[in-house]
Formats: sequence, C-alpha cells, structure tokens
Amino acid sequence: MALFDHKVQELQELLKKKEISVSDIVDESFKRIKEVDKKVKAFLTLDEENARQKAKELDDKLAKGEQTGPLFGMPVAVKDSIVTKGLRTTAASKMLENFDPIYDATVMEKLHNENTVLIGKLNMDEFSMGSSTETSYFHKTYNPWNLEYVPGGSSGGSAASVAAGEVPFTLGSDTGGSIRQPAAYCGVVGMKPTYGRVSRYGLIAFASSMDQIGPITKTVEDNAYLLQAISGVDPNDSTTADLPVPNYVEQLTGDVKGLRIAVPKEYLGEGVDESVRNAVTEALKVLEKLGATWEEVSLPHSKYGVAAYYLIASAEAFSNLARYDGIRFGHRAEDAKDLLDLYKKSRAEGFGEEVKRRILLGTHVLSSGNFEKYFRRAQKVRTLIKQDFDQIFEKYDVIIGPTTTTTAFKVGEKIDDPLKMYVNDLLTVPANLAGVPAISVPCGFDNGLPIGLQVIGKHFDEGTVYRTAHAFEQATGYDKQKPQL
Amino acid sequence: MSSISKEQVKQAAHNARIAISDEEAEKYAAELEQIIQFTEQLNELDTENIEPTTHVIDRTNVMREDVAKKGLPREEVLKNAPEHENGQFKVPSILE
Repeated sequence: MALFDHKVQELQELLKKKEISVSDIVDESFKRIKEVDKKVKAFLTLDEENARQKAKELDDKLAKGEQTGPLFGMPVAVKDSIVTKGLRTTAASKMLENFDPIYDATVMEKLHNENTVLIGKLNMDEFSMGSSTETSYFHKTYNPWNLEYVPGGSSGGSAASVAAGEVPFTLGSDTGGSIRQPAAYCGVVGMKPTYGRVSRYGLIAFASSMDQIGPITKTVEDNAYLLQAISGVDPNDSTTADLPVPNYVEQLTGDVKGLRIAVPKEYLGEGVDESVRNAVTEALKVLEKLGATWEEVSLPHSKYGVAAYYLIASAEAFSNLARYDGIRFGHRAEDAKDLLDLYKKSRAEGFGEEVKRRILLGTHVLSSGNFEKYFRRAQKVRTLIKQDFDQIFEKYDVIIGPTTTTTAFKVGEKIDDPLKMYVNDLLTVPANLAGVPAISVPCGFDNGLPIGLQVIGKHFDEGTVYRTAHAFEQATGYDKQKPQL
Repeated sequence: MSSISKEQVKQAAHNARIAISDEEAEKYAAELEQIIQFTEQLNELDTENIEPTTHVIDRTNVMREDVAKKGLPREEVLKNAPEHENGQFKVPSILE
C-alpha cells in the first residue's frame, strides 16, 4: 500500500509512532514524480532541495515531540499562479519566465505555519486563461486516466498531480471553474470556496471579482483539512470576509438525513452528455437512500452565465494585466525605440495568444460606446444570476448537478476554437458569478474517464457542501479508484 | 453588421499596449466577432431596472491605523527588473 493511500490522520499516527518519518513521505512524493511526471507533466518547477531540508527540520521537531496540526509533514504543491518567495513563479507565461517573487502569498505563509512541505509548482493555463492547460507557455499536461486527453484547466497540473498520486494536497485557483473542471476530469476532489473565504494576496490576478484559491485532493476529508488551513480574514486582502472559520472536518458526519437538495433542470438538459446525466441521476439516488430529499428547480439565468462571465472576466483581466509593462518585472523586449514601443513589444512577446485575445476583448468591451452595451449589461445579468441562487437557497440547503457537460476532451480537440472552449464552462461559471462555494467530487466513469458531481452551497456554508460530498463519497468509494500509469 | 472590425481590433491593441500585425488583427477580429456575437444573447433579457453587481459579498470599508511601515528594501524591489541603474528602474529615453 502506497503511503498516500493512508488517510491523513493515519499518516499522523504513523509519524507519531515513528514508523515513518517526514523524509519518508517527502521521498515518496519525489519518487512518484520521477516515475510518472514524464508522462503526466504536471510540474513546472520542483523544489526538491528545500523540501528535503524542510523534511529534516520537521523530523527534528518530531523527535522532540513537536508534532502539531493535522497537516504536519504533508507534501503540498501549488499552482504556479501563487507566489512563492525565492521560488520561480511564472503563471505559465513567458512574461514571468524568470520571475523570482520577493514575498510569499498568504496561503503559503499559512501552509508554512501548518508545517507542510512545499514540493513544487504546478502547470496551468497561462494566467489561468483556459480550460485544458494547453495554453501554458512551457508544455501541456496530460490526463492521468488517459494520456491522450486533457486534464482540464486552468488548474490542470494541480488536479493531474493528485490523480497521479504524486502529491496528496495541491492548491489551485478558480475564476470560472478552474478548480472544479480539472478535478472532475481527473477524478479528484476540488473545492472553490466562497468568494472572500481565502485570501487572494499573492495570487497572480486574472479577474479579481471572481478569483478564489482552493484545495484539490483525493478525498473530501483531506480537502476539508486543507481549506481549514488556508481560510480566514487577511489584512492584505480587503475582500476577505471577517468571519470565523468553522471546523470543516467536524462537519463530516456522514449524516445527510433531511438535507434538501435542489436540482436545476438546466444542469441536466441540453448539451449535457447522457453518461454524465446518468451518473448524476445515480448520485441523487445514493443521497436519497441516505435520507436526503431532492426536487427539480430552475436557475433560469444560468444559461447566460458563460456570456456574462467572458465579458466581465476579460474586462477585469485587461485591467489586471496592465501591470506587465516590461519595466519593473517580467519580460522586456530588446531594441525598443521609445517607451511606447517598449510596452507594445514587451507585451506582444510576453503574452500568449489566448491571453492577448482576452485582453483585446476586455479592452473592446470597456471602450466608450461599448461599456454600457456589453460590460454594464453583463454586470446586470450577474445580478440576475445571483438572485436565482438566493431564491433557491431560501428553500434548499445545496444545489446538485454535474460539474461539466462531458468527460475530458482530447488534447488538441478544442484549442483552435476559442468559443467552443468557452462554452465548456457552462456549469461552473454561475457559482463564480454568484460567489457561492462549490465542490466537484467523483461520481462515475465513462470509457475510463472520470465524471464529476458538483455540489453548490450558500455563501460561507462550505461545511454543508463538504458534508454532502463526503457522505456521497463514503457511500460510493470513488475515492479509492486510481489510474494506471 | 459586424460587431468588431480589423481597425477596432488595432485600436484595442493600441489601447492595451500590444504590438499587433495586420494578419493578427484580421485573425483576432474574426475570433472576437464570433465571441461578441455569442454574448449578444444577453440582449434577450430585460435589464432596464437591474442594478449591476460589481462585488458579490456584502462589504464594509476596511480601515486600518495610519501607521508608517518600513517599505521594501531597494535591492529586493529591483531584483526582478529587466534593466536598472543607480538603484532605479531604467526606461528608454522619453524626451526628444
């Protein structure tokens, strides 16, 4: 049995009994990475020397009986859009190819305080713009269940690495589905927390009104531990909520008796594959057997989500990416004849095609004459989408549907058709527009590729989302399935 | 009528400070046309009396004590700068 097949408390027990050391755990991670990452290609940067050093320090602590916290000694890897002091952070862009951050993101500080061990940085779509990890400047990542397929995106490396058994804990970020969609495609658990639950300080910004960091893990319980560790108000991010962080793990009771589930008909309608629809219908039967009840409801404006999302996200991206000017940090073009030329050439060379496409879209929809027509209207539709959720949550505890309309698509299948790639986010963007928490948990397979069940909750009610996903996971055991690599 | 022309793409690229070739402008115009057409579906909705949402969670202004804090060390700030000289960022000449 591989070390990472143990539950995290079991690993803590083994550490306590000195049956294993933190160094053993970290070794296991690097061993597995060396074995399989040439196929999966989830990592952009490994931090092996520091990780082994940290493991030794933690083993010293362990020897002194200073084993603290549920994640002590656990290997963690993070999406390369989260800045790590002294460790190259690229956002998978040529623009930041040699960027060496001078500070740690708040989530990194929190993970250090929990005595976890940073293994390295994970591949992603450039600046989180994409749904397949194919827009990375460096290389593609492949789905561990079938290497001809994409792992999803933009946090594709974070999901693929967990699925491949390289690292048990990773962080991704989710602006329009970038944690949940790759988690669904790779058969792992991915949580997008409520907007404001986790600090964005040190997250390379894409669309600030929707970006949120969240955990990707093999099991719901591991996921709850990791979210617990990274949540909370932060003076460096004024959009974090000043609310207490509940104990998520305590809420994993397995009890969903009386839970009221809403199932939006739009989430099982047109455009959703039959295999996905069947898996979700089966999942509802499982939850029903456990004592939950479900009813069909309507989120009438959710179908407009993708259109509203791409207008808002691109406009925000245009603004956020203005900082890459070739002067203070990032790529700088040579032979510029003046300042304007320097900006234009540096940005033309440093940004990839998809990033430019979105900046241009954002610029266009914010220009005078278009602002009201496109951007403002999209923000108003955002209000309607949010109101849909508010109404449903007056009567129900969670909303359930599929995470994605299909299982993973093939590498190369959609990359040349931007719109086809965008509509792929149909079922994930509404939660970002409304700011509500949502998880993807494995609920079946089609032709050997995983299917994800999406559970959406009320603002700051990650606890109920976790309880539902955990009860389902325990009743079905999809977390035990592993890809052959 | 097309919703975005090649000239408009060039204007957007200029506004966004991105150098763009004629062929690229043409390609982006076609792609953005398709995307903008897709977003026209939002016109089906009556949004006349709807307030726009810019932020999803109730917020209050976040205040802190007005206390001076030490800034970052200069070497750190310049560490990632592609060009710097005498402790300052270097840019091409901006005066004739």
